[in-house]
Amino acid sequence: MRIHIKNGRVVDPASGRDGVADLFVSDGKIAEEFSRADRVIDAKGLVVSPGFIDLAARLREPGYEYKATLDSEMAAAAAGGVTSLACPPDTDPPLDEPGLVDMLRRRAKALAKARVHPLGALTVKLKGEALTEMGQLTDAGCVAFSQANAFIADTQVLWRAMQYAATFGYAVWLRAEDAWLARDGVAHDGEMATRLGLPGIPSFAETIALGTLLELARATGARLHVCRLSTAGAVELIRRAKAEKLPVTCDVGIHHLHLCDVDLGYFDSHCRLDPPLRSQRDRDALARGAAEGVIDCLVSDHTPVDEDRKHLPFGEAEAGATGLELLLPLALKWGEAQKLPLAATLARITSHPGAILGVRAGRIALGEAADLALFDPRAPLRVSPETLKSQGKNTPFLGYELSGKVRYTLVDGNVVYEA
Amino acid sequence: MQRNPQLNANGELQHLLSIEGLPREVLLQILDTAESFAGVTEREVKKVPLLRGKSVFNLFFEPSTRTRTTFEIAAKRLSADVINLNIAVSSATKGESLLDTVANLSAMQADVFVVRHASSGAPFLIARHVKPHEHVVNAGDGRHAHPTQGLLDLFTIRHYKKDFTRLTVAIVGDILHSRVARSLIHGLTTLGAPEVRVIGPQTLLPTGVEALGVRVFHDMAEGLRGVDVVVMLRLQNERMRGALLPSAQEFFKHYGLTEEKLAAAAKDAIVMHPGPMNRGVEIDSAVADGPHSVILPQVTFGIAVRMAVMSIVAGN
Repeated sequence: MRIHIKNGRVVDPASGRDGVADLFVSDGKIAEEFSRADRVIDAKGLVVSPGFIDLAARLREPGYEYKATLDSEMAAAAAGGVTSLACPPDTDPPLDEPGLVDMLRRRAKALAKARVHPLGALTVKLKGEALTEMGQLTDAGCVAFSQANAFIADTQVLWRAMQYAATFGYAVWLRAEDAWLARDGVAHDGEMATRLGLPGIPSFAETIALGTLLELARATGARLHVCRLSTAGAVELIRRAKAEKLPVTCDVGIHHLHLCDVDLGYFDSHCRLDPPLRSQRDRDALARGAAEGVIDCLVSDHTPVDEDRKHLPFGEAEAGATGLELLLPLALKWGEAQKLPLAATLARITSHPGAILGVRAGRIALGEAADLALFDPRAPLRVSPETLKSQGKNTPFLGYELSGKVRYTLVDGNVVYEA
Repeated sequence: MQRNPQLNANGELQHLLSIEGLPREVLLQILDTAESFAGVTEREVKKVPLLRGKSVFNLFFEPSTRTRTTFEIAAKRLSADVINLNIAVSSATKGESLLDTVANLSAMQADVFVVRHASSGAPFLIARHVKPHEHVVNAGDGRHAHPTQGLLDLFTIRHYKKDFTRLTVAIVGDILHSRVARSLIHGLTTLGAPEVRVIGPQTLLPTGVEALGVRVFHDMAEGLRGVDVVVMLRLQNERMRGALLPSAQEFFKHYGLTEEKLAAAAKDAIVMHPGPMNRGVEIDSAVADGPHSVILPQVTFGIAVRMAVMSIVAGN
């Protein structure tokens, strides 16, 4: 299939390229100009970007097919312009055995949509006790090791896990949350939780755990990626760690750039997220930290939840929000508020996460795989259960009108989505 | 932000879920209506026909004797039919059965649901799912709110002290877990009480409680100085098992209300307690049964207040 993409505004954050140009795709790769195309896509008025790379998208298989299936979530990824994604190991059973990882990759590959990069469980069953066979999991296709939202309470185990990973150069992707301090908590420990009578998770549950992670990264030399920062204090700790050249990267969930605990309103269970939505001050610090580059990338933290698990009193509702299809519009909204050039905004969902993932993706260059997202940055996107492809309709943004609509998504030079 | 789910488009009370966010006029309407019912409870025939033909479902997902009973008496005095459901459920299925239970009862033509639930916000969830002619009254949700208790506390304070705008009120003990304290604080600040104090150790005070408009004290003698109203909160035994408090004895030593500690308060101070009391833990018997105590009248007023609430939300 030879595709000629005409008159689009080609933005490639990795090279800084930004201008109207034609793009040619042949044999799944970005190619030199040719004359006889099988298909011409008129991209006038559209931005032609590297396909988006999402470092946290739960596909819910295996084990939670009633919440979502690979089929539904890969369709959601395609509709969101996401061409590569990393999926956390908190499936059922967790991704702690090579066979499971292999099966997931095959199933995903057969659907021929986004490239799926599984994160292996760092500990068996995510219990924080015994190490998984990281070597074999890597051979099966795991790109890094993670605990998802489970925590290693035993710091001896955490230390050993990071030492072992560092020995072989495996990256560890961890959230920073002290399991004891966060115990029973369902909302940010602040004025709002006090008003609503909800058990709180204090900010220092994150900064204390992050201090531990950074100290262990320093001691072991492990490559650490900190997932889902939620507090201003954590942004400062990362800023300092980067200043001393510690090999640490981090991400933030798109919801936390726009929402805070006040949005819980009258117990809106769509705002039950993990980590919790924190104060306005935290939200502003995260948004600024991402603009300044302290936070490397934005992730959807895509978590489809079935309606029954959300139609519960706030504290009993399952945490998480659907996000693959909102990654672009919420990133654009953030970039606009921070007055960033488009290329800088897109870098946070293309080249930066691509570099963290350590795969060849997230750039538009001759000979590179043609993973592309063509979108209209100003087209309105009304968020409703009917428009979302994901099986999860759970998002605090239901009913919102956002801007930024994906028109075409290409993976390996194949059009996997068009609207 | 969504519209306050308790009020209808005309600003009238559709459900009673929380005192927070209710306008002063609505609070006064409830208190004044309760005043008019206080006479009814003293008559030989203690009934008025305001809810005749209507059904009140007492839905208690958490055990309660006093609150459930007073709601039942209040509904009967309004001539309503009362159905009591004590639903002991496992936490795993609680939520699903919550909305399912409500849907089923709704099919049996309910008019008022009186709901108690261990999870903060549960009555809000129910209120979002009931039909327009059905009303939800929160009888206590988690740590969040217990608005009829708050209202009966306000009623009691007004009964003895008349004017809120000159009062200093101290609420003592386990504020962290107390829905009673939260409701009363919102009520007092809305009605213009100039100083509301909370007294307790840091472990029993929620983060940022000052933002509710209260002054924080850790010392009883200081906190009670010159107060007109002392509200003692119940201290659950299970609080002693975690790391919140070392023992009931030590709590009593610091925060238990004795005649000696009460001497710091105004001479005509009243002492209140939402019940059930732990004598010797948060309050000494000499005080509970003493001349300052208005604990039993609170219970009596509770009936009139609950009659007022149900007649306002569901009356014609």
